[in-house]
Amino acid sequence: MAHTVLVTCCHDLCKSVGSCPVFEKNQLRDSALEQRVFQQRMIASLVLFFFLAALLAWRYVNLQVFQYEKFATASDRNRIHTLPLEPRRGLIYDRKGVLLAENQPSYSLAVTLERVANLDELLIDLQQLFDIDTRSVEKFRQRLNRRTPYQAVPLKFRLNDDEISRFAVNRYRLDGVEIKAQLVRHYPRGEDFSHVIGYVGRINKSEQEKIFSDEQRRINYAATDHIGKIGLENYYEEILHGVVGSQYVESNAHGRVLRVLQQVDPLPGGDLQLSVDAELQQTVVGLLKGRRGSVVVLDVHTGDVLAMVSAPSFDSNLFVNGISNESYGKLRDSIDLPLFNRSLQGQYPPGSTIKPIIGLAALYHGLITSSSTINDPGWYQLPNDERYHRDWKREGHGDKVDLFQAIEQSCDTFFYDISYRLGIDRIHAFTKQFGLGEKTGIDSFNERSGLLPSRAWKRASRNKPWFPGETLNIGIGQGYMLVTPLQLAVSTAALATRGERIEPSFILSDKTPPKSNKEEVGQKENINALINASENNVSSYGSENQLDDIGVSDYFWDEIHDAMKSVVHGRKGTAQAIGRNIKYKMAGKTGTAQVIGIAQGEEYDADAIAERQRDHALFVGFAPFERPKFAVAVIIENGGSGSATAAPIARKVFDWLMLNDTSNDNKVKPAGRELPVYASNSQLPGLGDVSMNDSVEWVNNAF
Amino acid sequence: MPSEFFRSLPGGSGALRMRPNTWKKFRIDWPLLLLLIMISSYGLVVLYSASGQDADRLGRQFMALLVAFACMLIAAQFRVKTIKALAPLAYLVGVLLLAAVPLWGVDINGATRWLDLPGLPRFQPSELMKLAVPLTVAAYLSGTLLPPKFNYLLASFTIILLPCGLIVIQPDLGTSLLVATSGLLVIWLAGLQWRYVFGAVLGVVASAWPLWHFALQGYQRQRILTLFNPESDRLGAGWNIIQSKTAIGSGGWAGKGWLNGTQSQLEFLPESHTDFIIAVLAEEFGLLGVLTLLMLYILVVMRGAYISISAKEVFGKLVAGSITFTFFVYVMVNLAMVSGMLPVVGVPLPLVSYGGTAMVTLLAGFGILMSIQSETD
Repeated sequence: MAHTVLVTCCHDLCKSVGSCPVFEKNQLRDSALEQRVFQQRMIASLVLFFFLAALLAWRYVNLQVFQYEKFATASDRNRIHTLPLEPRRGLIYDRKGVLLAENQPSYSLAVTLERVANLDELLIDLQQLFDIDTRSVEKFRQRLNRRTPYQAVPLKFRLNDDEISRFAVNRYRLDGVEIKAQLVRHYPRGEDFSHVIGYVGRINKSEQEKIFSDEQRRINYAATDHIGKIGLENYYEEILHGVVGSQYVESNAHGRVLRVLQQVDPLPGGDLQLSVDAELQQTVVGLLKGRRGSVVVLDVHTGDVLAMVSAPSFDSNLFVNGISNESYGKLRDSIDLPLFNRSLQGQYPPGSTIKPIIGLAALYHGLITSSSTINDPGWYQLPNDERYHRDWKREGHGDKVDLFQAIEQSCDTFFYDISYRLGIDRIHAFTKQFGLGEKTGIDSFNERSGLLPSRAWKRASRNKPWFPGETLNIGIGQGYMLVTPLQLAVSTAALATRGERIEPSFILSDKTPPKSNKEEVGQKENINALINASENNVSSYGSENQLDDIGVSDYFWDEIHDAMKSVVHGRKGTAQAIGRNIKYKMAGKTGTAQVIGIAQGEEYDADAIAERQRDHALFVGFAPFERPKFAVAVIIENGGSGSATAAPIARKVFDWLMLNDTSNDNKVKPAGRELPVYASNSQLPGLGDVSMNDSVEWVNNAF
Repeated sequence: MPSEFFRSLPGGSGALRMRPNTWKKFRIDWPLLLLLIMISSYGLVVLYSASGQDADRLGRQFMALLVAFACMLIAAQFRVKTIKALAPLAYLVGVLLLAAVPLWGVDINGATRWLDLPGLPRFQPSELMKLAVPLTVAAYLSGTLLPPKFNYLLASFTIILLPCGLIVIQPDLGTSLLVATSGLLVIWLAGLQWRYVFGAVLGVVASAWPLWHFALQGYQRQRILTLFNPESDRLGAGWNIIQSKTAIGSGGWAGKGWLNGTQSQLEFLPESHTDFIIAVLAEEFGLLGVLTLLMLYILVVMRGAYISISAKEVFGKLVAGSITFTFFVYVMVNLAMVSGMLPVVGVPLPLVSYGGTAMVTLLAGFGILMSIQSETD
């Protein structure tokens, strides 16, 4: 039709331009001239018109044909966006499958600014309705500034049932307000495990900057707003976090998502199965109630940490969604330091618990034999020195004290003598082999190394030479020497296994490699890349680290073990009180570490000095004596004496380990890498989903 | 001559095979009517998509079209003589109303363009001037011998500039330029000497600098700057142009399909149902859709040119030519503006963009064209 009209119009136009009708009305006019003028102008107009029309047509041809690719891409970029999907954080179980860290659905009250008519009025309304303090509102306004359009910004977290129903009732007048469900970390045993597992918290500014500096991490954390802050949550962050998923969505010009075009599911973080026994941990927490101190329980062969408690503790759940200033202030300023992880960071003089190692050193270096004796008048004097070095027992331990008695009864004078004869250099070299003065390599970033003094150290740190008197102090675990409770446990395990030094680990040492899930191969590569990136962090994962052979003959070991056994089971043992009514044999050593210096000639009177200046009470031990499996280290701050305070706690721990728990033999394998029965997936509660464990397997494969 | 015109018609369309005299009796030019109906229908289809499938809006536009077409047919019934006689009166009334706008006008978005007189619907007096100015100039010049002498030209310019000045101060630069265009087209067709034409072109070039610095307002300057470099202000003034070019370009040859244009449906395209509607058409129907519409517009212009040429009297020739080419100026400015060739001025696409007022004026103009056509031999 259009074509016909076009032809018709063209036809007539040409004709009429050629033969315009004569203007008859006004005979006076010069019709011919007028006609020519008009005709001229009409032709010029039409030429211009066709030129402009062609120009327009060309413009659209250019845009739509020659620049099509460019604009088609621009148009897609306008509407298609990628939204990151947060992966589910890996769960944490104890060695028997008890859940220690989970993800709970949490409901938060969220506001979408674009749908709110009057924000100020709404906030006042919500504040009254849900009892929100002004500080939360301020924080909400800060979050509001960082939001993307049409994003629901949370105002109040962790709504309870009552608040949810209150929302439902008032919903009709709360436009733009919604309840958002998200998974939030929860620690069912927050108090018991806060120092082991640590906690996650909202990513802060410096963490954000760190994440943003690494492109791969930046992408992986695009949907994440919590990160492991301390403890295992921090150490195994890369594994627990998982791999971000993505969603290709079509959204409109206002950023509102209209539909999902494609989705790549996130890969959940790998689960961790800890070596810790939740029941034992709970028992130990009970034993330390009301005290300040630490207990570490190790498997002497595998390095499995069976329990690690630092008291007092705190509820790690407080930190997940931001702890209030008030609660945090209380924790931070408490004189009992609940936030301080004593097991890894507390550095204490080992006191007499060092004596078995010093004794062994003396035997090893041939300074004494098992039958060598000294006379102990209750004090010791260095040659050419006036100063009296006193024994803890004023009257001394008698005129014939041998090594066995010296350990059993913790004779200081004996050790003054042998440490003087050993000298600081040999003491330093020998004790170092038990892992003192250096980090144990446990899977934590917070561990401290303690202090094993040497001439070089003193020169470097104090610029002073080493004095022989200082060696005497080292020999009884005083002076400059500092150890962490974990180091004590590790060195005790090395004593128990005759020099086999283990690297302690929170991760169950023998996990079944789970079956691989072929569908997720692509993502598996991603997670492998992530894990490789963090290889340094997890290189110790589940591995055993054989200590260089100390080269001490079994005869010497027997000597020390027998003496330590006598500490508990002997008639004169310093811990003989805990040896009563005991159904198994164990070995141990008490220790009492001075907190304040006692001047020459003064009496130590525990009652007369303030509680916080009392001596620290220590005990280390292992059991069963015949085939050692467990090593325990106990430190009670200001506990008074090791035998009275620390030893009974250790006894109860050993009781639990040896008697109460019938699965003892299964729980800790003697040696090698046989698989305990319960470690297979099928028998672990809550581990039905194979993929959950995949990343753990990849970790294993990676090394 | 009209008989020849009809002789070349194919035999297909039954209703149109009325005898030429019957069409003439009702003073209707059927080719023009057909083209305008085709454009309007096409426009309704695009508008439905551009307005987000808003049936209400579509209904309102349809009603406005009915009214506008009615106005066109009514205007066609006036004899050319009458129109010529009424033109100066309409012009006078229009100027008075324009003068009243600053005093009693309604302020909308910082511009006072509307007049709200009791007993009348709210209207823009500038719309009236779109017809009154060319009619008056044509009536005036048809009283003298063409080409007009200098003093006639001067008087004609005065007739044009008075209302234009009043419209500029509203402020409404776009409309005032279009009113001026319609009047100047009359003078041009009446045989304005070439020396004046070139002089005017030189004058415009020479005055560009002072105009830029003193006459144009900030937002007007911004529009021009944005035209040359839309990326300089992606989210501000450049947004419209970037989005409309993206919509047009991404349409390609055949378009994304009706209701499937992502730029318009997802609201990236601003003003998609009014000034920028051609971008929706280009996105959904592609280059083929654009060229189809452009062809319909070209045919309207050609039919108008034919009416102008075959008109009996000078007045009819000048009026028909001016109305026709002004119509094309609307089309051209809109298509050029949306595709980024001209700065963004508020010129709707005739018969397609949403909005009733402009359509009534436009179709009333075509009514006058029909009146002229019906009085040829």
